[in-house]
Amino acid sequence: MTLALYVPRRSVVHRVPAGGKLLALAALAVLLFAVPTLPVVVAALLGVLAVGLGAARLPATALARQARTVRWWLAGLLVFHTLFSDLPTAAVTVLRLLALVLAAAVVTATTRVTEMVAVIERLCAPLRVVGVRPARIGLVISMALRFIPVLAERADRIREAQAARGGSARGIRGLRTTVTPLLVQLLQMAHTISEALDARGADDVPPARGRRSPAPAA
Amino acid sequence: MKTRDLAYIALFAAIIAVLGTLPAVTIGPVPITAQTLGVMLAGSVLGARRGFLAVLLFLVLVAIGLPLLASGSGGLAVFAGATAGYLFSWPVAAFVIGWLTERFWARYNVAWGVVFNVVGGMVVIYLVGVPVLAAVANLSLGEAIVSGALPFLPGDAVKAFIAAAIAAQVRRSYPVIERPQRAVATR
Repeated sequence: MTLALYVPRRSVVHRVPAGGKLLALAALAVLLFAVPTLPVVVAALLGVLAVGLGAARLPATALARQARTVRWWLAGLLVFHTLFSDLPTAAVTVLRLLALVLAAAVVTATTRVTEMVAVIERLCAPLRVVGVRPARIGLVISMALRFIPVLAERADRIREAQAARGGSARGIRGLRTTVTPLLVQLLQMAHTISEALDARGADDVPPARGRRSPAPAA
Repeated sequence: MKTRDLAYIALFAAIIAVLGTLPAVTIGPVPITAQTLGVMLAGSVLGARRGFLAVLLFLVLVAIGLPLLASGSGGLAVFAGATAGYLFSWPVAAFVIGWLTERFWARYNVAWGVVFNVVGGMVVIYLVGVPVLAAVANLSLGEAIVSGALPFLPGDAVKAFIAAAIAAQVRRSYPVIERPQRAVATR
């Protein structure tokens, strides 16, 4: 299971801090919805392509892969607005969506998952005030990242075992004999892991500095 | 929140991710992704708060660039797309399902579970998803309902039932939701 849409390259775009790229993306979205005219939208689209394919040296396939998911929407929108609105509206709507999707794809392809996690931890820093510990957010993200391949492997193994026996886990019986026991096993596994983490000090609350109330658990 | 809760949250985020890799259940014309099943399960097994956070975590993983959605897509692009409203409604759906489930925990059974899953997993998701679809895609509300809600009805009904059946079985063998009063009061 490939786990990332990141495309490693040595480029200026890759080196821009993740937070800056996310801000630029948000600004572009605001601009495109505030000024929905054809020249602006076309300029944005060309700009995004220039940054992605030119400056970041991403292969066109990397962007196409992410744009693929919206292709039917774009096609449907184009047909719909050509029939029921007018051609300019159709063009603006479709190109705007395409520009935003591609811009987001460029950010995703040029930014490592770990950098994004760091941005999230930083963004969550103000939440300290309400008792959320950013480090715990990093912890829960890493746990989920670790669980995904584990679960995928278990699901595969069950599918293979069932295929080998010539049966399938369909229907209510399948739920009772396969799915629920698996889910219970996974819940127990999560519980065990959390105990192991706590034993290694994961639940330790960092010393509160001059705070009136003791730091609540995040 | 205890480390155990974090582990459950991470687990369900991963479950929703892995459900996206399962072959779609083929009942009816629309291929039904199993991921909203995961959303319903998160709410009805973990309860409101942890269910909400689990789905939110899943969306964060998608946003930071993991191709975890059923179509193998991910990254920030999906949150700009026409179906973004559905994604944003998922955590709310899990919260509503979890809240109802906690409320009626003592009497929870498959029938109640189906009701809760329909309210949270279908009504809430359509209420958020359809208007966003209409706005982003420049459709009228009626057109958005026809293309963005009706095709999913049968599949979602089946998922509401499956999630309720699993949740009822898990409740009997390994209940994760605690007494409703404590679950609401602890912070």
